[in-house]
Amino acid sequence: MSGKIVLYYFNGRGKMESIRWLLAAAGAEFEEVFITKKEDYDKLVNDGSLMFQQVPLVEMDGMQLVQTKAILNYIAGKYNLYGKDLKERAMIDMYVEGITEVGDTILSLPFLPPDNKKKQLEKIESKAKERLLTLFEKILANSQFLVGNQLSRADVLLLEVTLLLQESFPTILSSYPKIQEFQGRIKALPTINKFLQPGSARKPPPDEVYVKTVMEVLAHLFK
Amino acid sequence: MSGKIVLYYFDGRGKMESIRWLLAAAGAEFEEVFLTKREQYEKLINDGALMFQQVPLVEIDGMQLVQTKAILNYIAGKYNLYGKDLKERAMIDMYVEGIGDIMDMFLPLFFIAPDAKQKQLDNIESKSKGRLLPVFEKALANSQFLVGNQLSRADVLLLEITLMLQEFFPTILSTFPKIQEFQGRIKALPNISKFLQPGSARKPVPDEAYVKTVMEVLSHLFK
Repeated sequence: MSGKIVLYYFNGRGKMESIRWLLAAAGAEFEEVFITKKEDYDKLVNDGSLMFQQVPLVEMDGMQLVQTKAILNYIAGKYNLYGKDLKERAMIDMYVEGITEVGDTILSLPFLPPDNKKKQLEKIESKAKERLLTLFEKILANSQFLVGNQLSRADVLLLEVTLLLQESFPTILSSYPKIQEFQGRIKALPTINKFLQPGSARKPPPDEVYVKTVMEVLAHLFK
Repeated sequence: MSGKIVLYYFDGRGKMESIRWLLAAAGAEFEEVFLTKREQYEKLINDGALMFQQVPLVEIDGMQLVQTKAILNYIAGKYNLYGKDLKERAMIDMYVEGIGDIMDMFLPLFFIAPDAKQKQLDNIESKSKGRLLPVFEKALANSQFLVGNQLSRADVLLLEITLMLQEFFPTILSTFPKIQEFQGRIKALPNISKFLQPGSARKPVPDEAYVKTVMEVLSHLFK
């Protein structure tokens, strides 16, 4: 247990994917235990591993961490991806919270009925352009990284979410050249580059198997 | 502008209330600018004060901070209410995120139809009793404070949410004696006691005037 980082989640993106990205960016190795049946989840609950009976769960440094933001904050702090002082942290937090709002709406997509899905996609596209892309295009006009001239969790998240957006809207970055250049720079960093290779811990877009598994294991949420 | 902390929000709880609590607990004085008309909101946007066109906005230390969590993280860090190291911060974050999930359930309460409101209230009550309060009853069995033997943002937030729960469910703490004792201890701290006196910045339970104002100022969200 000592030294090993273990992730407990479904075999898919969901709320764990940003954690995988951040650990990968930090160059931190980790293992994964996939929840495939309700019994797997029930065992974690009965063992007292899940403080609020929810996954993601990440075991690291002798702790059983739950709550996605708590986990991401810890990883960012530990691996020096959270700025050099309180003020840089505040800038990073603002960016991360803003990007996460858009990222979260994409997360819920696979669980929506088909007609809702189309409407939601339109909303996501317009919100992404108005709120995120215009802002970050401006910030990156004169800057290699988003905050403090070094890689932070904000850069990693912006790459993650812009790639996500391109999956649904392939030409969405066509009028945001600075963001395109940013993507190129961050993708070229060795740890990120490695994560983008086939065979890494990166998970593919959600498919029917993933949706079915989640809805079965967390049946109490889908009544 | 230097040194002054200024809050921009509606004259009511909403997402700003936890920020008021934390500043008060820290003994940090602040002023408030209340949004009563859409023109004020539009002015903030046109002035470029709102990074994502949303309030809360807090002006502090030369920054225009938005995003509730970014603001709370900065205040907690600045006023030493965020634990003494990364691991204490992780424990605090887990507690804060867990409580935050319930806190967020209160937000839509006054903006939905009566039958939906009752359903939401039932949900809040069962989740609080089943998932949240047992965790803290256990954590406080042998402990004055939630983390690290000193006041942290987790203690302040737990007091805030349990008082809110008692407003709607007056006997909800009857089976949680340790939490009751905890409430007594934290309420007695000078800064907190001051905040709980009439005339402080603490806001009352939302009323019709509050709901009406929010729906007018943020009319684009209520179409």
